[in-house]
Amino acid sequence: MVANTADREHRSTKTPALGLRLLLLAALSVILLVVDHRQHHLDAVRKAIGATVYPLRVVVDAPVSTWRWLRENTTSRNELLLEMSRLNAERLLTHARLQRFTALESENARLRAMLDATSKVRDQVQVAEIMSVSANPFRHILVVNKGSRDGVFNGQAMIDADGVVGQVIEAGLLSSNGVLISDPDHALPVEVNRNGLRTIAVGTGDFDRLELPFLPNNADIERGDLLVTSGLGGAFPPGYPVAIVESVARIPQGPFAEVTARPAARLNQVREIMLIWSADNDPDPTEVDGAVPANGGETAVPESEPGPRR
Amino acid sequence: MSSVNASRRLPVFICIIMALMLAIVPMPDWASPYRPDWVVLTLIYWSMSMPRTYSVGTAWITGIVLDVAHGTLLGQHALALAFVTYLTAKFHLQLRVFPMSQMTATVLALLAIYQFILFWINGVAGTYADAVAYWGPLVSGTLLWPIVAHFYSGIRYRATRSS
Repeated sequence: MVANTADREHRSTKTPALGLRLLLLAALSVILLVVDHRQHHLDAVRKAIGATVYPLRVVVDAPVSTWRWLRENTTSRNELLLEMSRLNAERLLTHARLQRFTALESENARLRAMLDATSKVRDQVQVAEIMSVSANPFRHILVVNKGSRDGVFNGQAMIDADGVVGQVIEAGLLSSNGVLISDPDHALPVEVNRNGLRTIAVGTGDFDRLELPFLPNNADIERGDLLVTSGLGGAFPPGYPVAIVESVARIPQGPFAEVTARPAARLNQVREIMLIWSADNDPDPTEVDGAVPANGGETAVPESEPGPRR
Repeated sequence: MSSVNASRRLPVFICIIMALMLAIVPMPDWASPYRPDWVVLTLIYWSMSMPRTYSVGTAWITGIVLDVAHGTLLGQHALALAFVTYLTAKFHLQLRVFPMSQMTATVLALLAIYQFILFWINGVAGTYADAVAYWGPLVSGTLLWPIVAHFYSGIRYRATRSS
């Protein structure tokens, strides 16, 4: 042991001094920081390192998924029956609504055709499972188990059953990072569903609150208004619910009103999200159409075929 | 010689991997601001006890992996970790003979430097950050240091004995 230490002490004279090494590495860090901040040349590096981190994520996720698996497998028959009857009732209800919706949709398409507007093709979605959420308190990042192998691309919109969740910022090979709409750096073009008033919804770092900082005091907005994506930024397809206005404070001496909204999606509770391939920014629609994920469970849902244009 | 090195390196490597896993493990909302900086604590310990083998280089590579895992700017955690381990390795002889209370106070200072570098880079890059949330890991990390140090010294003792 003693000899060993002495040996290492001796050897250390050959390696560059500690301070020099720190200086070199610090310089390298600063270069990396600047390059990463200004441009996006390092995406490939990130992807490569991300692939090595993937096993760690799987291991970290294992207890949670095992627990879920156990719970799913040990629910009593009674509970299952209850659940089934509830789901059946829900399915009936949804079906009834969907019938009306189909009628409305075809009517809408007819009207649009009459107006000579382009008929909207409905978006395609794929279910992805969330592997982890918000590792860092200042960034609301989630990691999902679909990557560029499944056709995920940067900027792709993510929704859950209730509304918009966020968008993909880094499509890795096997998993992707997405930023939530509640991230303090995230802004999202929205419009008020009631009257089409356009504005921007900015994240606050709080899962339950978005801010609408750019609305003048005389804007026509009320508590309870539904905000939907306007589709103007290009990243999000239009018409998905984003948030519900929670409070409107008009400040007479200030230029802008203080408006906050509560996200429609349950950002801190979701386990699965849906990735949208919208008709406009779809890089490769065929990839989604027939794809069946290898790990089963989720299915690629081509939500509907593009309806016949009238 | 090389077998000695391998049997020494493996436990430390596993410790770093475990710390990285603890850094990305999901935590409930109320607890996540208080997530201790496991990776920093681990690297402080090992660069203090084996500064010739583990210092700025190991820390820098671990930091890059941490950057990717957290989705922060590449080089941010790497720079902070490298600087903190530099200080630890530089003063390892003093640190080793400190009593636990004094050592814990030093670790608090090191953690504060680490958080400050992160805070500083966030500020320069224009990433919004709530300053209060930087204090959470500081408190939890300092409180956990005696336990972490005890745990790791057990590992070190066993690794050096078996070699």
